[in-house]
Parts: sequence; structure tokens; C-alpha cells
Amino acid sequence: MNLTLHIWRQKNTRSPGRFVRYEATSVEREMSFLEMLDQLNEKLLIQREEPIAFDSDCREGICGTCGMMINGVAHGPRRGATVCQLHMRYFRDGDVLRLEPWRDKAFPVIRDLVVDRRSLDDIIQAGGFISARTGSAPEANSIPVPKSSADLAMDAAACIGCGACVAACPNGSAALFTGAKISHLALMPPGQPERARRVIHMVTAMDQAGFGNCTMHRECEAVCPKEISVSFIAQMNREYLRANFKEREVVAPTAG
Amino acid sequence: MKEAVADRESPVAATAANTRSRHWLVVFFGSTVGKKVVMALTGAVGVGFILLHVSLNLLVYAGPATINGADKFLKSTGGWLWLARAILLGAVVLHIVTAYQLSRMSLGSRPVKYQQWEPVGSTFASRTMRWSGVLLALFIPLHVLHLATGALHPHFVPENVYRNVVSGFRVWYISVLYIFAMCLLALHLYHGAWSMFQSLGFNHPRYAGWIRPVATTFTIVVVLGFISIPVAVLLGAIS
Repeated sequence: MNLTLHIWRQKNTRSPGRFVRYEATSVEREMSFLEMLDQLNEKLLIQREEPIAFDSDCREGICGTCGMMINGVAHGPRRGATVCQLHMRYFRDGDVLRLEPWRDKAFPVIRDLVVDRRSLDDIIQAGGFISARTGSAPEANSIPVPKSSADLAMDAAACIGCGACVAACPNGSAALFTGAKISHLALMPPGQPERARRVIHMVTAMDQAGFGNCTMHRECEAVCPKEISVSFIAQMNREYLRANFKEREVVAPTAG
Repeated sequence: MKEAVADRESPVAATAANTRSRHWLVVFFGSTVGKKVVMALTGAVGVGFILLHVSLNLLVYAGPATINGADKFLKSTGGWLWLARAILLGAVVLHIVTAYQLSRMSLGSRPVKYQQWEPVGSTFASRTMRWSGVLLALFIPLHVLHLATGALHPHFVPENVYRNVVSGFRVWYISVLYIFAMCLLALHLYHGAWSMFQSLGFNHPRYAGWIRPVATTFTIVVVLGFISIPVAVLLGAIS
């Protein structure tokens, strides 16, 4: 199949970007979206043109490195999949596709479709440590965890930090990401000692990074490659209220 | 590519300093989560008020004596009525101020807009909350001046609610304006009456599945209740 691509080209963070039209020819249905771009880049290299920069690493949908807007939808038309797991059989011959990088104040474009997502790392870092015994592994049954909590924590921990939630949100909010990260530790016993300070620090870091706020559009949930539920945003709100009004732990940060 | 992502101040240190140096209430109400709590609680006050308002409005179908009697009773409570009005006004002001602050954050979070963006999870109501909110904020003072104080009502009779409603809604364009405003209220409530539970963290599996249908039913019943009155006046069912 042959496709027409309008791809955002931007040299670096400071320079202005623009859309450039490319023709992707002899695309196979079995290719992933990124392989289709690889093929286009090889063609560009032969023509001595600058290849299109995009992020990718594992290419099996578990690392969270890849991601872009395809025709206005984060990670493209396939639900519950990253762009590397989006195969060309989801498109038809002659399709016109617009590829844009994630756009948010907290996600400056580094080059073309590559954005700097360190603000998500900042939120994680602000969460700090968990108190866990190091050394040899503890006896497996010494910390009982209800199956329902383990399942729910796993659902939240499935977040790969790709940033699609932020990219899709009309408010540019990182609430789903932050909510998932706060929830998965709040649901498990090792996350309890720092539970209150963690949520306060992570929400503060989220706000400082310049993200918007959640108005429950549920766009994030719809594009999340791991199909993480907005119920984790409600849990973040609940954790935040709990930390402020119920938790007796003195919320004095020790991280410096 | 290196210089593009130059080293910044440690976010952990900045966050720690930020939460340590300020009073916890300042941190709470300064955060997006705290502000959403304000939106939800003030919105809940509004939901309660609307439920009371529509219930009293429907007394119009019981005739002039009933609704005028209810009006007389409310006004006889004196200080309590003013307390309720103060709470309501406070809630409205907080709701608007917080909405303004939150909207500024959200609108500022995407300096470069998408060339193309397609909705896949949101609703028309959720995407128009700011529009419905602003238009309702413009409608409410007009409505108070029209049917409560009578300043904008050409045939206002003090202490005769029934008469004022009938003569007010007989003007067709006034009725159309009210019906349009109630459609905006429907949009605002459809999203707000559901999302306020999310903002407050209420989503236990036991009742989470009920919030959406209850909010939808509430919106439909309330708005149809409000709209029925100008329609009944225009059709001559109430005169």
C-alpha cells in the first residue's frame, strides 16, 4: 500500500517546526508503524535527506519509549496499543496520515517527533523512596497481600510512562500517569510508610512541571496503551485528601 | 540533542522546598487536586440548591396559593434564608474563581496547539464545561433580576410568584432564553454531577457504577422540570 504522510519536522527545541509531506511507498500490511517509518527513513538517507527522528526502544509495547499523534489520536487508531504495536493492516491504501509529536508545555520537542518527557521522571523522583528491607529476599508469605489489592496495584503498575495520557488530554494533564504511579504503591504494603508524603510530593511535582488539571474528559483512558482506568485519578484525589486530613504522619519532607 | 535538554534544578529539591516552606492549607488549596475538591464541593452545593429550586418551582402546578405560600414561608425564615443565600453566593464565587484558576493552568499547558486532535473518550458536555459555565454565570444575574427582585420584569407584582412567572414567561423570547439556559444547565450538570465524585475520590466499586446513571437521571429530571414551566405557560396550561 502507499500512504501520504504529513510529518512534523523540527530541528531542535528552539527552532520553529512545520509539516512536511512524504510518500511512503510499497508498505506491507505486516509492518509495524515504526517499521514503515524506518523504511521511509532509509529512502530519505539514500536521497541524502535528514531522516525523521522518532523515539523507540523495545518495539514490543512494554517500554513506553515510542509514541506520537496519528491523525489527532495518541498512538493512532488501535486501542490499547503503543505505536510500535500498531500494524499497517489498520490502515488502507491511499490513507493520508498526519504525524505530530506529543504537545505539552512540560514536553518540549527535542527534534521532529521526539519530546523530552523528563517531567514524568521528575514526578516519580519527587515520590521518593519506599522503605524496603534490602539484602536477601524475605520469606514470601511474611507480607500478606490481598489478591484484590495485588490485582489492582498491578493494573496501576502497568503504566509504561509513554505520555499518551498527557498528549491526548485537552487540558494537558498528567493526572492519569501520576494517579497510576501513586495508586500502585498506595495499594501495596511496602508503600505504606511514605504513603502520605509521597502523594503530596508527587502532586506538587506534577503541578510544578506545568501540566494542566484533570476535568475528567476521559481522553487519557481511551488512548492509554495499557488501558489504565481513570478510577486511579479518583484514587489519587482520595490519597491526597487522606494525606491532608486523615494521615497522622508528619508530612515533613526529608529528601533534599 | 544534548544542549536541548540542559540540566535543570533538581525537581525533588524544588518540590521539597515548596511543600516545606508553606502552610499545609496553602499547599492543599494551591494544588490542582485541592482546587478540584473546591470545585466539587461548591458544585455539590449548587446541585443541592438546584434540587430544592426545581422542587419548589413544580409547586406552580398546584396553583397560586401553594407556590405563593411556599414563597411566604421561605421569606418568613428571615435569618436562615440569608444564611442560605450567603452560603450559596460564597459557593458560586469560589466555583467561578477556582474554575478561572484551573482553566488558566490548563489553557497554558499546551502553548503549541495540535494541528489535528480527535476526541475518542470525552463527551460534548465535558468539552463545553467552560462555555456552559460562563454562559450560566451570565444568565443567573439576569434571572435573579427578572423573577426574584423584579428589576427586569415589566409586570412584577411583589409577593405574587405565580403571577410573575406566568406574566414573565408569556413573553416568548424570555421563555426561549430560559429554555436555552436550562439546556446549558443540562450540559453542565451532565458532566459536573458525575465528575464531582471523581474529584472527591468517591469511586468504590459498590456504587461507582451507579454514579453515571444517577447523574444522568438527575440532570434529565431537573432540567425537564425547569423547562416544563415556560412551556406550560406558552401552551396556556398555566395562566
